[in-house]
Amino acid sequence: MALGALSTSGEAAVVARGLTKRFGDLVAVDGIDLDIRRGEVFGFLGPNGAGKTTTIRMLCGIMDATAGEARVLGFDVRSQREPLKARIGYMSQRASLYADLTVVEQLDFYARVYGLDARTRQEKVGGWIESSGLAGRERDMVATLSGGWRQRLALGCAIMHHPDLLLLDEPTSGVDPLSRRQFWDLIYRFADEGTTVMVTTHYMDEAEHCDRLAFIYGGRIVAEGAPEEIKRAHLPGDLLAVTAPEWMRALEASRALPYVRDAALYGTTLHLLVADAETAVPALARDLAAAGVRVDSIAPIVPTLEDIFVTLTGDIPGGGPDG
Amino acid sequence: MRAPPEPAVVIQDLSRSFGPVKAVDRVTLSVAQREVFGLIGPDGAGKTTLLRMLAGILNPSGGRATVAGADVHAQPELLRRQIGYMPQSFSLYRDLTVRENLHFFAEIYQVPGGEMASRTERLLAFSRLGPFERSLAEHLSGGMRQKLALACTLIHEPRLLLLDEPTTGVDPVSRREFWSILYDLNRQGTTVLVATPYMDEADRCTRIGFMFGGRLLSVAPPAGMKVQMQGEVLEIVAEPRRRALAVARGLEVVRTGSIFGDTLHLTVPDAASAEPQVRAALERAGIPVRSLRVAPASLEDVFIALMGQAAR
Repeated sequence: MALGALSTSGEAAVVARGLTKRFGDLVAVDGIDLDIRRGEVFGFLGPNGAGKTTTIRMLCGIMDATAGEARVLGFDVRSQREPLKARIGYMSQRASLYADLTVVEQLDFYARVYGLDARTRQEKVGGWIESSGLAGRERDMVATLSGGWRQRLALGCAIMHHPDLLLLDEPTSGVDPLSRRQFWDLIYRFADEGTTVMVTTHYMDEAEHCDRLAFIYGGRIVAEGAPEEIKRAHLPGDLLAVTAPEWMRALEASRALPYVRDAALYGTTLHLLVADAETAVPALARDLAAAGVRVDSIAPIVPTLEDIFVTLTGDIPGGGPDG
Repeated sequence: MRAPPEPAVVIQDLSRSFGPVKAVDRVTLSVAQREVFGLIGPDGAGKTTLLRMLAGILNPSGGRATVAGADVHAQPELLRRQIGYMPQSFSLYRDLTVRENLHFFAEIYQVPGGEMASRTERLLAFSRLGPFERSLAEHLSGGMRQKLALACTLIHEPRLLLLDEPTTGVDPVSRREFWSILYDLNRQGTTVLVATPYMDEADRCTRIGFMFGGRLLSVAPPAGMKVQMQGEVLEIVAEPRRRALAVARGLEVVRTGSIFGDTLHLTVPDAASAEPQVRAALERAGIPVRSLRVAPASLEDVFIALMGQAAR
């Protein structure tokens, strides 16, 4: 499909058709289509090396596509880079912060890069320090900030120019649970104000927070839709949760059973994928007892996105080379 | 009768200051052999500083610690042979292959020449990196790189592992695989001390230590940790979620509220009295409540609650 036809749609924040990136023989992104509506929180999921970062870099106009096209906020990523950059905010996995600047200096630096005048800069910097909870740390050196604070500062740098689209590449990686929640509160605030957000994450609980999701695997989109739709469409069977005091032994015994298609640990609970829950529950109770494994409970459950992730991508643990 | 085995780690009043900042503040802890001990706590709580002192690469300002029988301050050489330390950014050589990296670390740790080949083969098989042995480290995905770093950490067959957030930035499938490798090691007798920001990982440890502001505030098995939480958790399914959260947070009875997967988790002092208030408030706001129940606290709920309690 020609992109020219799509560019008239005011509703789309991102439209990509056949977007492809090759590095030598390696196809990092293999002809993907994406449609992200304005105001959406869109989650982009996949194993390490699936092509997430490469896709985001192409959408930001900082990496050329080998083939295909993309229009972001109505701008062609190849030919209209400069106006595009003025309207998007990008936070990379390793956000480039200057270790020897203070929090305020850092924000002010980015505000200058985006060409804001002195008064707007002051307003924006002060506003972010207030709303992100960085108050009291204005004069701290970036080098001394812990992970959660650093991420909040990096997000601030990415939004100084009030972008219409935020591209966040693993913004909460390695951040503690409380800081993660606070970070998501900030993301929602932008979304509620109308900013479109595209975010990659390895936390499947965060993925549940998104309006829509795409799973990329081996450079291709393998599932797309609202979290609920994806869960309905992509689990080949029923899911059971099993709790057992000796969960490692229970895991091994379950894996040996022919009707258990997949067995995985969530914390200390086992999730088993079976063809049919009704017949599998009594069979499991019998077979685990026969194997000498004590079981506290076996119950059918609604799948989580992590179950789906494992199903969609579990066949090559470790993933491929980085894309 | 045999004497009980010595603990793998004995820490007494261990402290480390950086100028006026007490990064680690009088930590006392004993870890038994063959434990998988998890360290949790907010960013900046002191987990990394503690692990670095136990690894003998940072001197304590006070107190003492013995790790795998070696005094961290007085016996650095013995310590280095006994432990494997994997820091957050493990320095693999990007321009060496997987196999070459293993050989490099084998030489650093003076693995006898006769054993190098067999250990390398074993670690390649064990880490499932065999098919990638000729790949340059820089071409590996995040999950594979962490597995290679672990394999390099194991080349001298340490009795105890110190792992600093080894699975950060690693996808769920690779994370699982990394942990199954850790369990294999643990079953063969290796003690593991691991800092992690993932509460599902902490849930699988034999015991957990919660650090905050340099102090080790609480040590317990995961189930024991959950008992320490003050208050109860209400789990709510209501759409639109974000608006429901805003309404719930506005109630005085709600201590903390957050989106938890596809549900809302609210911590309240007493579920029975809070439930009707929450239900009424949501209905007043025109938000239909699909389900509302008292949920067992997850370790993540406990983490949030402990942080609140610690900050008070």
